[in-house]
Amino acid sequence: MADVFVLVDHANGVVRKTTAELLTLAARVGNPVAIFVGPGVEKAQPVLARFGATRVFAMDNADVTGYLVAPQAELLAGLVKKFRPAAVLIPANPAGKEIAARLAIKTDSGLITDAVDVVAGDGGVETTQSVFAGSYTVTARVTKGTPIIAVKPNSAAPVESAAAAQVVPVNLTITEGGKGAKITESSPRVASGRPELNEAAIIVSGGRGTAGDFGAVEAFADSLSAAVGASRAAVDAGWYPHTAQIGQTGKQVSPQLYVAAGISGAIQHRAGMQTSKTIVAVNKDPEAPIFELVDFGVVGDLFSVLPQATAQVEASKA
Amino acid sequence: MNIVVCVKYVPDTQADRHFEDDNTTDRTGDGLLSELDEYAIEEALKLVEADSGEVTVLTIGPAGAADALKKALQMGADKGIHINDEAIAGSDAVGTSLVLAEAIKKAGTPDLVLTGMASTDGTMGVLPAMLAERLGLPQVTMSATLAVADGAVRARRDGDAASEQIVAALPAVVSVTDQINEPRYPSFKGIMAAKKKPVETWSLGDLGVDAGSVGLGGAYTEVLSVSKRPPREQGEIVTDEGDGGTKLAAFLAARKFI
Repeated sequence: MADVFVLVDHANGVVRKTTAELLTLAARVGNPVAIFVGPGVEKAQPVLARFGATRVFAMDNADVTGYLVAPQAELLAGLVKKFRPAAVLIPANPAGKEIAARLAIKTDSGLITDAVDVVAGDGGVETTQSVFAGSYTVTARVTKGTPIIAVKPNSAAPVESAAAAQVVPVNLTITEGGKGAKITESSPRVASGRPELNEAAIIVSGGRGTAGDFGAVEAFADSLSAAVGASRAAVDAGWYPHTAQIGQTGKQVSPQLYVAAGISGAIQHRAGMQTSKTIVAVNKDPEAPIFELVDFGVVGDLFSVLPQATAQVEASKA
Repeated sequence: MNIVVCVKYVPDTQADRHFEDDNTTDRTGDGLLSELDEYAIEEALKLVEADSGEVTVLTIGPAGAADALKKALQMGADKGIHINDEAIAGSDAVGTSLVLAEAIKKAGTPDLVLTGMASTDGTMGVLPAMLAERLGLPQVTMSATLAVADGAVRARRDGDAASEQIVAALPAVVSVTDQINEPRYPSFKGIMAAKKKPVETWSLGDLGVDAGSVGLGGAYTEVLSVSKRPPREQGEIVTDEGDGGTKLAAFLAARKFI
């Protein structure tokens, strides 16, 4: 069976859930092989083994980690040309999509981004995407070169499947051209203690209706062990960081439960959340377009509705 | 400093968007300049205003795409290049990046190639990286801040795990996010001035690009099917009469979230 490469998403060897999802998808269409860039492969190895990686190509070198995107594309291109995998799966975050983009050009291959499903089709690997703000579902395939596919988080339920995950160190010389954009400083984000938006099963988001006070939104989120998101209006007003923005120009999420509080539901926001499994909204305006999408809606003030719901959730745990 | 800003003419995100019978995007309705490109135009104008040089806006698209160029010229860009060739219709990102890269070379590689973070229709966000790869230039993408001095570009890139400072020598390909500035509205003076600004129209032949390597036929990907997602059915809406939170909690309990 042909290899399917998976670029590992991790922080110093702590593997993100998306990697288990990608390995699971890779196993559907071939033999999963992990590509690990940066420090911490020994910490990641057991997790990669548990989710079915047969081998792990690992490279930890300042020439790869000290420059933006291009060196990782060079590394992958070198491995693709040598091992001819049936496909390359890459996490569809901004850096991942850019690595995929450069890899496609380097290997003269087709590129599909933001896949929400990957299956083995008659003519090779087939993907599913959700487009035009979630209003259409598209299936597609790559017709030239090696299919390069950027896959969104939560696209598969991770399936454990023990494999050897044999670590194979790689040492590729990165060209000067690949070292064009130097990372001179990196400030890690301060952890909020809440789940990451891309991985969360439940997300509670606040918008203009919070008037800048996210206390009720955060308290409700914490009662549900949820991540906290924000609309573009709330981010533009400076009330919440851009990394929490849900929408077309922020993150596109599809959790099990999405709670929109004080968010009207403009297309910009809907593009980021309308593929969520269950949607709930609280808004003072009964005409707010968000109510067109909801499984359950409360027309009311989030500052009275959310605290009451929070108390009920907390009471149910007792 | 000379800057080329790549822009895209897209279907209005506020309107219903559709596909053609050949599974390409329906571009027959009213289109406009992709909103996210306005941030790149604004940043280019600010850089040139603080220094010198000129801003060229570059687009690929059908006749209507002239509207996207016009808006950029009204905002203050100096000139436009419109690549209009029927053979390009249906191109995927690989083909589009080829045409753009050849057009940038023909225009004379500038100090900066600026783009938005993604288009509002395809939303891939891969063109800047592809252009950097094809042009052999440094890639400084998803910039939330930008400064150019002493022949180098410095940017801040905000990721989920970290916020990074990036430095690259000019010339470079730079994309900017919607956090970087507030795009200006065209002034009356700008609207009048735009009418006299030059716009060149180029075909694939002008760029020396083989028609067979682009368009639907030259694409590296194939759409197998498109299907409209059924609209979500509206669920129960209650009005808070002092028990809205309790009802919300009851719904969550019924759905096993608590």
